[in-house]
Amino acid sequence: MSKLLITIDGNEAAAAIAYQTNEVIAIYPITPSSPMGELADSWANAGKKNIWGFVPKVSELQSEGGASGAVHGSLQGGALTTTFTASQGLLLMVPNMFKIAGELTPTVFHVSARTVASHALSIFGDHSDVMAARFTGFALLSSNSIQEVLDFALIAQAATLEARVPFLHFFDGFRISHELNKVESIPSDTIRAMINDDLIIAHRQRALSPDNPFIRGTAQNPDVFFQSREAANTFYLNCPNIVQNSMDRFAALTKREYHLFDYSGAPDAERVIVLMGSGAGAAQETVDYLCSKGEKVGLIKVRLFRPFSIKHFLDLLPLSVKIIAVLDRTKEAGSIGEPLYLDVSAAINEGIQEGAVSFSTPPRIIGGRYGLSSKEFSPAMVMGLFEEMKKKGPKNHFTLGIYDDVTKTSIEYDPTFNIEPKEVVRAIFFGLGADGTVGANKNSIKIIGEETDNYAQGYFVYDSKKAGSVTVSHLRFGKKPIHSSYLIEKASFIACHQAVFLERFDMTKYAEEGATFLLNSHVGPDKVWDTLPRSMQKHLIEKKMKFYTIDAYKIAEQLDLGTRINTIMQTCFFAISGILPKDEAIAKIKGAIQKTYGKKGESIVQKNFQAVDLSLKNLYEVTIPNRVTSTFERKPFVSEKAPEFVQRVTAKMMAGLGDDLPVSAFPVDGTFPTGTTQWEKRNIAQEIPVWDPEICIQCNKCNFVCPHATIRSKVYDPQFLVDAPSTFKSTDYKGKEFPNMKFTLQIAPEDCTGCGLCIQACPAKNKKKVRLKAINLSPQQPLRDAERENYEFFLTLPSPDRTKLKIDTVKGSQFLEPLFEYSGACAGCGETPYVKLLSQLFGDRACLANATGCSSIYGGNLPTTPWTKNSQGRGPAWSNSLFEDNAEFGFGMRLAIEKHTLQARELLQQLSGKVGDALALSILESKQENEAEIIEQRKRIKLVKEKLSSFQSQEARHLISLADYLVKKTVWIIGGDGWAYDIGYGGLDHVLAANYNVNVLVLDTEVYSNTGGQMSKATPRAAVAKFAAGGKPLPKKDLALMAIIYGYIYVAKVAFGANDQQTVKAFVEAEQYNGPSLIIAYSHCIAHGINTGQALTNQKAAVESGYWNLFRFNPDLRNEGKNPLILDSKPPAIPLEEYAYLENRYKMLTKSRPEEAKKLMELAQKDVKRRFHFYEQLSHLEF
Amino acid sequence: MDLSTNYLGLSLKNPLVPSSSPLSADIDKIKVMEDQGASAVVLHSLFEEQINFEALEINYYTTQHAEWFPEALSYFPEPEKYHFGPEEYLEHIQKAKAAVDIPIIASLNGVTDGGWLRYAKEISEAGADALELNMYYIPTDIYLAGAEVEKLYVNILKAVKKEVAMPVAMKVGPFFSSTSAMVKKLVDNGADGVVLFNRFYQPNVNLETLEVVPQVILSTSHDSLLPLRWIAILYGQISCSLAASSGVHTAEDALKLLMVGADVVMLCSALLKKGIAHLSTIGQDMQNWMEQKEYSSIEQLKGSMSQKSVPESAAFERANYMKALHDFREKTI
Repeated sequence: MSKLLITIDGNEAAAAIAYQTNEVIAIYPITPSSPMGELADSWANAGKKNIWGFVPKVSELQSEGGASGAVHGSLQGGALTTTFTASQGLLLMVPNMFKIAGELTPTVFHVSARTVASHALSIFGDHSDVMAARFTGFALLSSNSIQEVLDFALIAQAATLEARVPFLHFFDGFRISHELNKVESIPSDTIRAMINDDLIIAHRQRALSPDNPFIRGTAQNPDVFFQSREAANTFYLNCPNIVQNSMDRFAALTKREYHLFDYSGAPDAERVIVLMGSGAGAAQETVDYLCSKGEKVGLIKVRLFRPFSIKHFLDLLPLSVKIIAVLDRTKEAGSIGEPLYLDVSAAINEGIQEGAVSFSTPPRIIGGRYGLSSKEFSPAMVMGLFEEMKKKGPKNHFTLGIYDDVTKTSIEYDPTFNIEPKEVVRAIFFGLGADGTVGANKNSIKIIGEETDNYAQGYFVYDSKKAGSVTVSHLRFGKKPIHSSYLIEKASFIACHQAVFLERFDMTKYAEEGATFLLNSHVGPDKVWDTLPRSMQKHLIEKKMKFYTIDAYKIAEQLDLGTRINTIMQTCFFAISGILPKDEAIAKIKGAIQKTYGKKGESIVQKNFQAVDLSLKNLYEVTIPNRVTSTFERKPFVSEKAPEFVQRVTAKMMAGLGDDLPVSAFPVDGTFPTGTTQWEKRNIAQEIPVWDPEICIQCNKCNFVCPHATIRSKVYDPQFLVDAPSTFKSTDYKGKEFPNMKFTLQIAPEDCTGCGLCIQACPAKNKKKVRLKAINLSPQQPLRDAERENYEFFLTLPSPDRTKLKIDTVKGSQFLEPLFEYSGACAGCGETPYVKLLSQLFGDRACLANATGCSSIYGGNLPTTPWTKNSQGRGPAWSNSLFEDNAEFGFGMRLAIEKHTLQARELLQQLSGKVGDALALSILESKQENEAEIIEQRKRIKLVKEKLSSFQSQEARHLISLADYLVKKTVWIIGGDGWAYDIGYGGLDHVLAANYNVNVLVLDTEVYSNTGGQMSKATPRAAVAKFAAGGKPLPKKDLALMAIIYGYIYVAKVAFGANDQQTVKAFVEAEQYNGPSLIIAYSHCIAHGINTGQALTNQKAAVESGYWNLFRFNPDLRNEGKNPLILDSKPPAIPLEEYAYLENRYKMLTKSRPEEAKKLMELAQKDVKRRFHFYEQLSHLEF
Repeated sequence: MDLSTNYLGLSLKNPLVPSSSPLSADIDKIKVMEDQGASAVVLHSLFEEQINFEALEINYYTTQHAEWFPEALSYFPEPEKYHFGPEEYLEHIQKAKAAVDIPIIASLNGVTDGGWLRYAKEISEAGADALELNMYYIPTDIYLAGAEVEKLYVNILKAVKKEVAMPVAMKVGPFFSSTSAMVKKLVDNGADGVVLFNRFYQPNVNLETLEVVPQVILSTSHDSLLPLRWIAILYGQISCSLAASSGVHTAEDALKLLMVGADVVMLCSALLKKGIAHLSTIGQDMQNWMEQKEYSSIEQLKGSMSQKSVPESAAFERANYMKALHDFREKTI
């Protein structure tokens, strides 16, 4: 039978087998495992069947804890059940995993292994999660490649049914879960042959059933628990052989042979490396290379880590071995060594003691760490390790791949060592997320992988920013299967899809001699050479490269393709690279276009066909001159004015050189300075707003809606204009509160993302030409230098006196300095205006607990972070604990503040005589109800500290350390709907109910935005989301009402785009309320399928339709004999569909399932009416 | 009383045809139209531009942030199938055909040559009895001469006629230098009928928001005077069906248009304002009038007051204006 070759990634490989061999799948999204659940859900939606001809039931839970509970229950019900997860998600499953294993229940959990958060969160891959689950009693099976994921998923499924030991099947997050590779598929006959139906029936017969009742899950006492626990031993003892038998049966069916441990290398190897995971690819290539040079080296790839079979391991180890290096992709701080090292050491020790193995001299065993958080692991590093192993005193407990200049653990290696085969085409593409580069490359891989004899591999490196994010694609093509599990270091083809990268990245340093460079540039072929920096020109000349250019954006504009230049650049790649004959390549690209876009409409297909044809006509080869003529070099990443840490550390990360930073560069506990985004001038806006002072009515609505705090206003004394740059704009201030003052609205040109929300918010129109407003977009490039100077000057102007501002108004609040700026959030983000407002109103005394999600990523992802401080050095103190515990985390902050405040008050009373009774009393009695009182209190505290500094008593020292708590602090608990409605709801409910003074801000995007738009309980009825492909059938959970019912919680629903004034009011009231507050904030999002730069329209329509009711429930009003509920929005004025069909999350259902869309929209309209009616009645109740 | 008429070669039981409007997007309403006496129904228009736009829009906004950020390589599930464009419309034709016995006339507005042809063919295959080409086109290019616009109309018509065997009517606006010549040209190039006239939506200005806003103003009886004049002029001069569209609200409006030469009268605003049941009122009133005036059939009165049939043919020409002016002066002096 001929082999069916497919090009897929690791997640799809695992999901494909899991789906076909299970009946129930319980899921919850977490990076990088989310695509497995998404695929399973989409297959079930499409009616795809498993090997028994049934569609599995796929169900999303509220957390991984929930998913594992559901898995446990379903398994007890006798269904074949699986789940997918990673990292913290796996940790949440651990309690259930003990139970499932203890009850000897067959199942396979598929895990794309990811770093567990410690000093920092990381979404990338290592084994810290699976190692934290190694003691649960699950078998641990490791796949080292995409092919193995496919194969081992099936082997695990077959083995678990026989062994009754549950399996955790894992593979490296991103490096395997997201790598595309060409693999042999497994026909369903083979899957069928591997799964023994008798074992399935046996599993069902063990299920809980009232027809055959028994009890499982008892509580046991000291007399029997121990013995009872040991009763399962036989199953674990048998497990390795069962797995090997499954592997053997699989080999007989597919000719792909695996063992619990696989050895490769010299039969008489003296130096042997042991590892598991994707690193095996790089290690294998290096061992093969060294063996071809006659070196006696070997490699043991661990497949079944638990139960660890000493016998199988020792049987494989060459007796000639003198030194073994065990590599762990995890860190177990404080341990003698990492888990695999300890197991290998113990295995050899036991083997020797029990005579199972006899070495002439027992080998030396060393262990070390590599590849944490997807750190590169390359043949150069493996080579470095083999060199180290030659030494007489090789390092133990080493690190590989970093430079540890503190505890000197790192092993040196030669980074230029490269053994990539020349015959493999290696291509690197630098693109933007927005231009579709990755999509195009995935398409190219599919074309080459599935329609030619070539093997293909693709790996994609993404940015941590959500706006203007850079992507780097690494593609390999060749005649043999590709196992290189590391980034391309020497490329034969390099493409730069954005000319702006020329001044940012050293792209041609990756070029090998004779390589080709393709550049998308609006400058024609005659002049493009002059746009290259000197070092790049030098590379092109010295490496004898070829140079091509195309103006892809011009073609995209002609065809109305927006920023998507994917098809154009893909065509150029095929035309130049020569991987396929040109005509054949073009035909295949068009075939792929038809396949990709066919169902999306003929017009899209035709536009892309035209793009292909126009690309070929507009692609030019540039003759490379024989000498460097450029007059410029790439610019430094940060200004020389940046602080030392930013210069030394942050700037390197920004430049993509973070790998070169030594251990000593970093804080020891994950504590970083705030306010670093100000140094990262990303210049991502094509157009920026330009202020017209003549038209401006000084309402500050534009800065209110700005998601990135890049449009700001100040009111100031005219005397400060003396040193103003010549193009700096200023006009008389129109408000009465600051007479004879000047007003300026200023753009931060290099930080603006060009989203256009400010333009939409501007209410002032030019009377001569109504399309012009008080701010208008204009190309950034010509304005950049002048506006940079203007902005720098603007920042030097004093901020207005906070005590004189009406901070509970839109205008007043926007004169307050934003302490959240230039975040990495999406252009036009609907969350950040709220976050920024919070920073302006209370940032100088706020402690923030931020749930994992979008807000923690744009709020806390390195290299630079947006939370900053004011000129007095005060600013928000921000931290992220987890996804699920954020309310409790913030609650803990409140407890600490209250305790410290109380202690400070007691100490102040005790020391009243020393600081002065009057001063102490004024501090203790200060109510701090407004800005002026808070500022006064700060002055008093300063005085107290000064007075106490001369006293050495214990009490005085304690009071000095606690005195700042006598100034009112505010705790804000921030997170998205995934946290508040789902995973964190239990904790949120408890914290709100506990009646402490905490403020909760729910940034409600109505889906899990950060992980790609999965349904939450906040998702509205009739909207499409992942896990709700047929439209969400049930209405949105009314979180506000659930909180209102308590009666003592301040609750507000706001939508800044519909009513900005109500938003400010709610924030101020919530903070003033001396108890728990909950603000649910409508946050438009890219996951709604909208133009976020025009999203104020959506917000207005959401409110006008009555979908999103604005209200404030203030329990304090009851003290005044009033109804606490104030409805701030009017009854529904437009049909729901007039709002909903502005958004493609709703609209797409009308095109995918028109009947369902109609039905759900009718129900959703009823929801709206019913909800408004209910709230209206509530607002009229007598209190 | 014989109310039957012939339009586009279709034998109709009476001359009352609901024109292309949102009403005909609902099968149940089409059934009501039949029950209330409609002799045929023109379906709402299939707009190629809308199909293209919706497809592009949904594709753009559901994929704009794909492959961008490592945690979210996409933001929407990928549907197995999309029902963009004509499928829904074609199904609607089939459903309408199955639901009623009266002829179903489809309506099409294209933007590309390929679109006009492809959709016309698919409409024909779906079983429509005739096709109305909804020539809704606003030429804004100051370099585009009238003759070029006319050529555009003719080319589309010729191409569609070549592609489909069913009768084709051209629904056109009144803005031609020579409406008569234009209609003649259409007939010479294969039009089986013309629908006079398309009423274009007129944008309006909102003084409060300083925005241009779309506005749908329903017609009044007064609007029927425009087709009345041109049908009167064209009747007997060209060999195709004539449909009067615009301002038919009463039996009187309908009768007048039929008497100047229309084969059918098309109704939209009247039904939107007064409900579909108004059709039967008009039908009954027409019959009553004809009985009263002792007309025996529609054929008898059709064209009886066309330009050719009236004593003063100039009444439909410029003199009409002169006379109106004269009368006006007399009244005001």
